Amino acid sequence: MSGAPDGPHLEACSEGYVGLGDWVPGALGDGRVVPVVAAPDPVLSRPGSEVDPTAEETVRLAADLVATMRVSPGCVGLAAPQVGVSAQVFAVDVTGHPKTVTGHGAFVLCNARVIEATRWKAGREGCMSVPDLTGDVKRASRLVVEGALPGSGETVRLVTDGFEARALQHEIDHCSGLLFLDRVAGAHAIYQRKVYL
Amino acid sequence: MNELAITVIGRDRPGIVADVAEVLARLGANLTDSTMTRLRGHFAMTLICVGPAAAEVETALAPLAADGQLLATVRAVTPDGGTTTTGEPYVMAVHGADRMGIVAAMTRVVADAGGNVTDLSTRLAGAFYVVVAEVELPTGTADTLAGRLTEAAAGLGVEVTLRPAVPDLL
Repeated sequence: MSGAPDGPHLEACSEGYVGLGDWVPGALGDGRVVPVVAAPDPVLSRPGSEVDPTAEETVRLAADLVATMRVSPGCVGLAAPQVGVSAQVFAVDVTGHPKTVTGHGAFVLCNARVIEATRWKAGREGCMSVPDLTGDVKRASRLVVEGALPGSGETVRLVTDGFEARALQHEIDHCSGLLFLDRVAGAHAIYQRKVYL
Repeated sequence: MNELAITVIGRDRPGIVADVAEVLARLGANLTDSTMTRLRGHFAMTLICVGPAAAEVETALAPLAADGQLLATVRAVTPDGGTTTTGEPYVMAVHGADRMGIVAAMTRVVADAGGNVTDLSTRLAGAFYVVVAEVELPTGTADTLAGRLTEAAAGLGVEVTLRPAVPDLL
């Protein structure tokens, strides 16, 4: 499902949509599996720097994020601050997750920002960098995100929904130095994690 | 009609809520607002009940505490006629490396600004500490308070965010 296009409905109703085209994560080369840092590591609370998506180090970082995400059970997204690099780069892959509606397969975005966020819904989130807690966070369930692909540097504008939209917002938050804990709905919206994958 | 503040806390096991609630129901004590949760292996119940006299409830709960695993307290309180909301609702989230005095320092900043904590929970996960508080703030004070909280957090080496708690009215 890698590089799968948006659903026809979402694509049709999105102006200026630029999909992933023929970009595939394999083009990044082999990444290394790198250690994931946990809160309260200060790198998680620092806004990441913008990157040059065509730079060799960005491509290497992107490959490492994909490789590390792939070996981490249940991981659907990983941002550079989570591997100790304060940069606006993240990988996402919600393929096969039972909550996925629209999915773009595995991809990496640099300097991503939210263009449109609508249809807000609460949902419970966990995070590899906060391994023992989960929390209820309201996220847009329909999302337009713009970012640059590592390597080509091409700007894409993705339209998505549901679980992939939630994952993207979670990762973009990481790149801004925010954890899901910064957005929990209330005092009774954090929980000790009950299920570990 | 008596209003009672009851707390029950003890080592968690199946059946604590059922045991306590059965006693209260048998006495005709109506359970109104309550929180019941597990805190690091201890089960903690804080309840407000309306009904019988405090002594009667205390006596009825005593057998539950007989094995020394549960502690129950009952106090008569003065009914205040319900909760009044006076300010703007916000959620304050604080997280960082655990250390002494995070809750004390951050809630003092809120209190000094005239803010009222209406709900608060903390979690310690390894060396990582999280505080989430719902606060009511005097109208128009949130921006100033956010600045003060950021200063206090920096002094503690923790992170803080203050966001409006906007309910969905359906």
